[in-house]
Amino acid sequence: MTRLLGPAIGVAAVYALVLAAPFVAPYDPTTQHRDRPLAPPTRVHVIDRDGRLHPRPFVYAEDISGATHAYPLRFFARSSDDSAVGRGSRHLFGVDAPAEVFVFGTDTLGRDQLSRLLYGGRISLGVGLLATALALGAGLVLGCIAGFVGGWTDAAVMAASDVFMALPWLYLLLALRAALPLDVAPARALASIVIVIGIAGWARPARLVRGVVLSVRGRDFVAAASASGASPARVLRSHVAPEVFSVALTQASILIPQYTLAEITLSFFGIGIGEPTPSWGSMMGVMLRQELTLAHWWLAAPAAALIGVSLLYHATADALQRRSLAVGVSR
Amino acid sequence: MNVRSTALCSLFLRRVLRAGAELVAVSLLVFAVTTIAPGDPFSDVRLEQQVSADTIAALRRAEGLDRPFLVRYAQWLRSAAHGDLGRSIAYRSPIAPLVARRAVNSLTLVAAALVVTWALVLPLGVWTAARDRATDGRIVASGASALIAVPDLLIAIALVVVAARSGLLPTGGLRTAGAADQAGVAALVDRVRHSLLPVLALTLIAGPPLFRHVRASMLDALRAPYLLAAAARGIPYRRRLWRLALRAAANPLVSLFGLSFAALFSASMMVEVVMSWPGLGPLLLDAVRTRDEQLIAAGVMLATLLLIVGNGCADVLLRSVDPRISM
Repeated sequence: MTRLLGPAIGVAAVYALVLAAPFVAPYDPTTQHRDRPLAPPTRVHVIDRDGRLHPRPFVYAEDISGATHAYPLRFFARSSDDSAVGRGSRHLFGVDAPAEVFVFGTDTLGRDQLSRLLYGGRISLGVGLLATALALGAGLVLGCIAGFVGGWTDAAVMAASDVFMALPWLYLLLALRAALPLDVAPARALASIVIVIGIAGWARPARLVRGVVLSVRGRDFVAAASASGASPARVLRSHVAPEVFSVALTQASILIPQYTLAEITLSFFGIGIGEPTPSWGSMMGVMLRQELTLAHWWLAAPAAALIGVSLLYHATADALQRRSLAVGVSR
Repeated sequence: MNVRSTALCSLFLRRVLRAGAELVAVSLLVFAVTTIAPGDPFSDVRLEQQVSADTIAALRRAEGLDRPFLVRYAQWLRSAAHGDLGRSIAYRSPIAPLVARRAVNSLTLVAAALVVTWALVLPLGVWTAARDRATDGRIVASGASALIAVPDLLIAIALVVVAARSGLLPTGGLRTAGAADQAGVAALVDRVRHSLLPVLALTLIAGPPLFRHVRASMLDALRAPYLLAAAARGIPYRRRLWRLALRAAANPLVSLFGLSFAALFSASMMVEVVMSWPGLGPLLLDAVRTRDEQLIAAGVMLATLLLIVGNGCADVLLRSVDPRISM
């Protein structure tokens, strides 16, 4: 259990962070600070130039006259952001104009990298979650039906899953993506990406669930339950569902990072969620184009975040698998 | 004809039939998907004021876009059977030669990566399994499992960035501009240099999971009692490891070969796009962007065909090699 707890808390923390993006992010992710493209991360000081210690961290900035002043960070302050979205909302931290605080620097258009990372995480991680729900949901329903009904239904579902698994994964994603419109509003683009990944991914969980259902149905205690008059619904509820649930949980911890990466890859290719809405994929596209000529290390923030998230999921999946193995052995 | 070769023939036949059925189903799916797609290659033309609706209708008729779905599908199947995959509207050329050239590029990349990956993974897996108790074996093993957690896309991007910064390797394309004029050997060297980076990326992507399987399978084999018996008989360690244990461990790995081909093929699409390798990947991506439905259908179909044929060949070949696997 301890193996599972750490990574699970980590994953939950990441989702909480991106969910709280409007509060944590100091700026609107689409606001362009035109005079500050590719600005390096803003230095936050505690000790000023005269060597005095300040209880409140501050940043240096030039005012209109060109003189440098210290601007203290304001916590839980109302936004000074001019965009319609951000106006008047409370943020975790911020500074008064003309100072700016870019914790992870800015991108080529002068947009705050931290804010884009957080809002982009909402898109990328959210798509991973929703697509997994769709694929796993469809897989559960179809797998259970195939496993329970058997016969022609089973054959048809398995044949259909064969077709989907015969296609190379990325080619399948691209083919399905072609069926849905490309240049649409962010909300619709998001929906179509979720649908594409969900449809592309239903086959594997369906096969897995069918296998579990078949193996459970073949066990002696299930046969005994049926023989002593348990209804199919009862067998499903008290014998099949727990087994399927454990498999589905492990499967989810494998699929979510995979589908998150699928969204990132599609957006990286430019056929996912379009600009100016941030996604870790499109941010990485910016990174690759820029990094080839100049060293702007802070542009690699989404890559670092993605590695962190996949490591967390990897550890979670590992722990879940170990646990289900241990449960299987002890039974 | 003995029993074994008859069984092999029937396996081959069943494989071909299955592959054919799968291909027809995939083609129907792909064609349906591309037909559902809103808009067509003339969507952009429609925005131009000077072009009348009649002209667009005429253009659509000329390309056969106004006919019903099943008619177009049947037409497409018939011409595909004749080796004619239709015309790309964006490229204004027949699709078959266009796709064939790209498929060859993709296939050489995947084949090279397949060879390199297995050549690397097999000895490494055996070695780390043998040195399971030692620090060096453990370090390599944990390094590989750390690589599994790194997303494919990031591996490719990181390699491009490193290669571009160091200037050691070209980061894109098939050959240096003008290299075709060079003498045979120089052109070949140039070609190999260009393929080093994508092959490395594919190896790093597909290698770690395979490595884990090889290692696990070897660890199982090394624990077997007959190895202890072999040691008691005085068979030397190296022979025990590389001949006895590896042969026993190879059995579960045989089924992995086809899987590794599929994984490499899919990863290759992304690597091709990131490293501008002129394979099927970038072609297909362009086709999706320009809504060139015939090209999408042809590209996906060809990729599936290659995958099915490759898997089938590997399967039949390996089954004929190993008499223990039932057919």
